[in-house]
Amino acid sequence: MTDPMIDIRNLSVTFNRGRKPVKAVNGVSLSVNSGEVVALLGESGSGKSVTMRSLLRLHPKGTTIEGSMRVAGKDVTELSARELADYRGATVSMVFQEPRLALDPVYTLGQQIEEAIIRHKGVSRREAASRALGLFEKVRIPSPERRLMNYPHEMSGGMLQRSMIAMAIACNPKVLLADEPTTALDATVQIQILLLIRELQKEYGLSVIFVTHDIGVAAEVADRIAVMYAGRIVEEGKVADVIQNPKHPYTKGLLGARVELAHGRDRLITIPGAPPDLAALPPGCAFAPRCGEAVAQCLTDVPRLTATDGTASVACVKYA
Amino acid sequence: MSAVTAEIGASVVVPVAKSPGFWRNVLRRLSRDPVAMIALAIIVILVLVAIFAPYIAPYDPSKGSVIRRLKPMGTPGYPLGTDELGRDMLSRLIHGARLSLIMGVIPVPIAFIIGSTIGIIAGYSGGIVNTLIMRTIDVFYAFPSVLLAVALSGALGSGLTNALVSLTVVFIPQIARVAESVTTQVRKLDYVDAARASGASAATIIRVHILGNVLGPIFVFATSLISVSMILASGLSFLGLGVRPPDAEWGLMLNTLRTAIYSNPFVAALPGVMIFITSICFNLFSDGLRTAMDVKS
Repeated sequence: MTDPMIDIRNLSVTFNRGRKPVKAVNGVSLSVNSGEVVALLGESGSGKSVTMRSLLRLHPKGTTIEGSMRVAGKDVTELSARELADYRGATVSMVFQEPRLALDPVYTLGQQIEEAIIRHKGVSRREAASRALGLFEKVRIPSPERRLMNYPHEMSGGMLQRSMIAMAIACNPKVLLADEPTTALDATVQIQILLLIRELQKEYGLSVIFVTHDIGVAAEVADRIAVMYAGRIVEEGKVADVIQNPKHPYTKGLLGARVELAHGRDRLITIPGAPPDLAALPPGCAFAPRCGEAVAQCLTDVPRLTATDGTASVACVKYA
Repeated sequence: MSAVTAEIGASVVVPVAKSPGFWRNVLRRLSRDPVAMIALAIIVILVLVAIFAPYIAPYDPSKGSVIRRLKPMGTPGYPLGTDELGRDMLSRLIHGARLSLIMGVIPVPIAFIIGSTIGIIAGYSGGIVNTLIMRTIDVFYAFPSVLLAVALSGALGSGLTNALVSLTVVFIPQIARVAESVTTQVRKLDYVDAARASGASAATIIRVHILGNVLGPIFVFATSLISVSMILASGLSFLGLGVRPPDAEWGLMLNTLRTAIYSNPFVAALPGVMIFITSICFNLFSDGLRTAMDVKS
């Protein structure tokens, strides 16, 4: 097999703001092959967005990043400021959660896309404008000529997310990072955006990391799923395996808590308790305090992510 | 699906009209605001009067006569009366517009340039640089602006230039503070992160995304300072720290006429009325500008 497109090894991210350092990511290893879609699944604060943003080194000052990240053969942690600017957008680009906030309100969409194209491709404004038009057609925005001259507040959320995607693929990146791109959209638009991302991914052979807290979305779009909890990956495997045969108690809990299963019942099934404070993680498995199957060992040892069969792995003492 | 949409895209004839730019939109909305337009018209008239003062004024503003002192309003030949030295009030008000407008308007753009530069640097750098700059600014901000203006003018000595310098110094901290807070807000927004994620350098982010979003609000705040500047300038002249007699300036005129406040109150109040009208027009105009620049409305 060839080298993976994205290879994250033992990544830890610590935010040093405030009184106590907060460990948002705790030794995550993840690799994504060329042309593969991996969904990072987890609840708020589980470190999925932080992991993804690390790939673009988009963290505030005073953040410690440990471990190694290689993307398309480049060591991301070693890039200089200039190399980083060339790398962002051209090799790896990102689609944000809230298109309305991620686009600058005082420029037209055309200007913003052209700016990105000119920055990386060094073409004339006229050439950039015609490429922008092609991109808008690609993401199926109706009457693209007119839409390019619109300001963000003049467009709907779905159209803005399409524009965001157009901007993300403007410089032919190899990797697309999607940070809950459908969370801010209404249900009918969500599926269109998912289909669009899937379609573009196939066409361009993009590697995609897709962050979401929605299992349905993950199942729709991904080849593999990695479930995160308290800054660690607790289970990883092919979509069908994880969904049909979850191993980690947390994954089971997540799958049990879906709205669809609460049919006719008046209460949803939930996982009892709350996620741990990332500034003071428990010594053992982070999920142990909420876990119904915990044993004494769970409270003292952090379980390692171990392979259960060829493609899947899980971090739980029951499978160690 | 894609074929269908492609067809729709091709069949709809799109008028490729150039979308009006941000400032064009603002101007269009501003022109529909009657209050702002009336305020602007009055400001324009005042400016024209100031420019053409020698041609409009019926008399020489510095030529007085002992026998015509303190005539009331409506005296034939002197519609607005005469002052304590027998000078025609109308001519003096017309000539006074020159110095009053200069003192009101000039300090603001200078303070705008210096203050927003300081504020944007502080807001974008954050951390220790921000703390250093902003705490220094706070020292100036701690003084009431009138007190600061008087203290600075007093230290520099009276005269037009010194008054302008001290007013500029008074406004720099205020503008810098607004600039800093707006920049700090904008810096944390998603689109700045998005620009960074698409490979924009720090210089590009400041030039394109920070300036583009920050200059508008600071500009609106600065226009609202023009009226404050006029009042402060008049105050300085009133205290003898600005323009010196016999030059005509509204604040100075208020001062010299204050002895006549009991015998001839209406004439004595006229310069104050002019200051009031001018500053309220600047205020109303800046309010209109603020509304027009609110993109979301």
